[in-house]
Amino acid sequence: MKVIKQTGLITFLIGLALFIGTIFIGSFNLTQAELDTFIQEKGYKSELIKTELTKGVVTNENLNIFEFSSKVINAIETSNKHYNTLITKYDAEKNWAKKGAQFQYKIFGKPHSLTFTLAKKAGKGFAVEKTGLMWFLTFGLGIIGALLFIVPDVVLLGKPGIKNDRIFLSSASNRGWIGWFAFIFLVSFYILLYFYPDYIVNWVYLVEPISQFISGNSASQWFLYGFLYCVVMSVMAVRMYIKYRHNKYQILRTTSVLFFQIVFAFLIPEILVRFEKPWYDFKNAFPLDYDFFFKWNIDALISSGGFGLFILVWGVVLTIVVVPVMVYFFGKRWYCSWVCGCGGLAETLGDPYRQLSSKTLFSWKFERIIIHSILIFVLVMTSFALYTFFSGANQIIGIKTQTIQDIYGFLIGAIFAGVIGTGFYPIFGNRVWCRFGCPLAAYLGFIQRFKSRFRITTNGGQCISCGNCSTYCEQGIDVRAYAQKGENIVRSSCVGCGVCSAVCPRGVLKLENGPEAGRINPTEILLGNDIDLISLVNKK
Amino acid sequence: MNHIVIIGNGISGVTAARHIRKNSDQKITIISTETKYFFSRTALMYVYMGHLTFEHTQPYEDWFWEKNRIELKEGFVNSILTDEKILELRSGEKFAYDNLIIATGSKPNKFGWPGQDLDGVMGMYHKQDLENLEKYAPNKETCKRAVIVGGGLIGIELAEMLRSRDIPVTFLVREDSFWNGVLPTQESEMINEHIKDHHIDLRLGTNLKEIKSDKNGGVKSIIIEETGEEIFCNVVGLTAGVTPNIDFIKESGIAFGRGVKVNHFLETNIKNVYAIGDCAEQHEAIGQRRNIEAVWYTGRMMGETVAQTLCGNKTEYKPGHWFNSAKFLDIEYQTYGWVFNERSKKENDVYFQWRHPKYDKCITISFDKNSHQFIGINTFGIRMRHEIFDQWLTEKKSIEYVLEYLADANFDPEFYKLYEAEILTKFNSENNTNIQLRKKSWKRIFSKV
Repeated sequence: MKVIKQTGLITFLIGLALFIGTIFIGSFNLTQAELDTFIQEKGYKSELIKTELTKGVVTNENLNIFEFSSKVINAIETSNKHYNTLITKYDAEKNWAKKGAQFQYKIFGKPHSLTFTLAKKAGKGFAVEKTGLMWFLTFGLGIIGALLFIVPDVVLLGKPGIKNDRIFLSSASNRGWIGWFAFIFLVSFYILLYFYPDYIVNWVYLVEPISQFISGNSASQWFLYGFLYCVVMSVMAVRMYIKYRHNKYQILRTTSVLFFQIVFAFLIPEILVRFEKPWYDFKNAFPLDYDFFFKWNIDALISSGGFGLFILVWGVVLTIVVVPVMVYFFGKRWYCSWVCGCGGLAETLGDPYRQLSSKTLFSWKFERIIIHSILIFVLVMTSFALYTFFSGANQIIGIKTQTIQDIYGFLIGAIFAGVIGTGFYPIFGNRVWCRFGCPLAAYLGFIQRFKSRFRITTNGGQCISCGNCSTYCEQGIDVRAYAQKGENIVRSSCVGCGVCSAVCPRGVLKLENGPEAGRINPTEILLGNDIDLISLVNKK
Repeated sequence: MNHIVIIGNGISGVTAARHIRKNSDQKITIISTETKYFFSRTALMYVYMGHLTFEHTQPYEDWFWEKNRIELKEGFVNSILTDEKILELRSGEKFAYDNLIIATGSKPNKFGWPGQDLDGVMGMYHKQDLENLEKYAPNKETCKRAVIVGGGLIGIELAEMLRSRDIPVTFLVREDSFWNGVLPTQESEMINEHIKDHHIDLRLGTNLKEIKSDKNGGVKSIIIEETGEEIFCNVVGLTAGVTPNIDFIKESGIAFGRGVKVNHFLETNIKNVYAIGDCAEQHEAIGQRRNIEAVWYTGRMMGETVAQTLCGNKTEYKPGHWFNSAKFLDIEYQTYGWVFNERSKKENDVYFQWRHPKYDKCITISFDKNSHQFIGINTFGIRMRHEIFDQWLTEKKSIEYVLEYLADANFDPEFYKLYEAEILTKFNSENNTNIQLRKKSWKRIFSKV
């Protein structure tokens, strides 16, 4: 069994190395005809960009992706610089007509995204021509290796039960060198994905046939991300099934997040696209889905007819009715650890890191400030967006709606939710985004704290203050602080993962939905001591 | 200002300090040798196993003590001068008090075995024991085998700890079945099987004769009393119970037996001196409890109680219904009320027992054969609600009532398979009754308050 496990590890590492290596392979160049088509598709009017691009990438040279990218970006910059100079010149001459005429030649959009689109047409080499083989050597070996590493645990872990042996003795799960390596890998991955998609175009080639099969469209970096997300979650769900095979709550919960990720977040939106409907994830509720009320999105939905309107209504109903009603009955866990994609990744890929979240009072204070600020941010941004939509004005009190949206998208959407939210799993635990950043979690948290039937019940006086519950709380709740006082845990941040209850050696904690009365029960003296003393002290 | 000095920073002393602070402004000092900050002793095992770091075992952050004006003094109390109300520390320092709480806990028993003080022989009680274990048994290469002497709760925990690092373990248990001084045969036998399933070499009905030394003063082997067999090992764990840790009071005039003698108000024979927790010995037992109770929650409750007294609300220590819990490797155990083993149960006590045919789950309910009054339950592998059983014990419910409403008491996580129906079927067929299981009711569960 141990041999199988080690073989798995080696296989996985080979797959990972090849996956990383894939970035550097292949060559990129275009024929004049291909470039002309691209420029026509994009509708570029600048003659300069055409000459510059021709100079750069219409070649027989074998450019790698980095050379290719830098040539394209150079071309764009040269062209834009030229027109900017003209704009400044006409501006100085106060020649408004000519100045205005120059803007149509400028190339807008993120240079690396444009490069990605172009690179997608320009690639040659193994990733493009031997996609199946390359898929097997990267994704395939990764999946097989990971499963070979995980499945022997059925035997190696021994009898079913909580098996957290050596977690704090291992460098992978206690911020050792493996943890830091994983951190660097994840952070780099998200930086590439969000800001340098052109560099990972070879990875996108690997999933091209899958995208063609499902949606009939060419794969983007987001398709790659969605596919990878599903693969990682599926593999790590197998790990969850084995680790918690004695715990039906964990098994059902894992199945649920996996189902919602694969079907709702991945397949349905892609299939919708195939039928020329808008890409939409039916479970992704505003304000996590922060661009739902952006003008371009509302416009797109309205313009796609009855189905688009249905999505628009559903999105509003989901946030205003479905989400709060469900939180009232079941706590925010129904969303955060049964449905949500971010939660789904945190509960599968992130599970080995849950013990790293900080439990200090300082972190709790920090958390409340940050997460509620982001909720306010998203609400202000959305009111700007709606104002813009209804009034047509693109700014309020001199602040441009677009600017706010860009700032949010960059800081919160990309940096916080992606780079920090997932990249920091191996350092700060697996719910960094959900705990500190997610505006939807903040909204659900209010309902859970003030109007819900959900609580974690503390079982009388059985707690021995061992600290397993607090340590394994991914949300950094000091569960023990409540349990050792005999007090139920009612906290806005609790996502109801159920692991505190699972790891408790004395059967002290139970997640349940019951009557609201007595849900919050501050106690001084725990059950077990003289009844008079309990009532005397607790009534004070 | 009145100065309360507490010797010992375990759960008893710290609970007392916290509650005194909640209720008054008196000056509080806690003196301890073991560690500066309070930690949960029961969690030490998880540090060795890698489930936690030592910091995780500390329930309060370091700023807590200063914020609550609880002074922490590191030192060892050599003697107590009760007339002058002065403590003498080993460092020579003297310490005045107005009220003194002795909360020094226990220490592992040693029964005068030859070799019991060799290097590599240890208990599993103090933080220093954990450090020792890390030194002598860091892995299976350094420690090729460990022998554990004494089949109680700490013994099985130590076995679990060592197995988490793949160290072979021989487990010497004096009784002919694990912990059967407490557990009924059904449960004790289930645990025997479970111990063996974990590849622990369980030797029942076996005593230690001596521990043999290697030439460096370390452990070479142990000899078994009954057979004379020699078992080679590098570490010996002595886990044959604990005894109050009170050597330092013996010259002070404070009355003691095995522990510090206290009345029901936790007062010693000397005015202004109290004793709580593991080290306190009741003159008269409370209910069917032992005079010395080395249990986590009784220490906590004595701390809660003495704090009331010291804050001007003189309060008698009156523990409610007995309860307890433990975990035997993978099997969780809870008990509410009294379930004694076959030998010590009372004349009128009878059992109703159920065991799952396949999984490690079983229950024993003890009840009076004439009145059918419910006396207690042992539950293994099924979690039950403390509050419900506490209420049923207070209301002196019958066994039939308990079984009829058993679903209310279940505390297993959601979606777990429920066994109440099977349990009830067995009872009905054994007793020719026709009790129908009631569905769980939130109203009943939460109605008490």
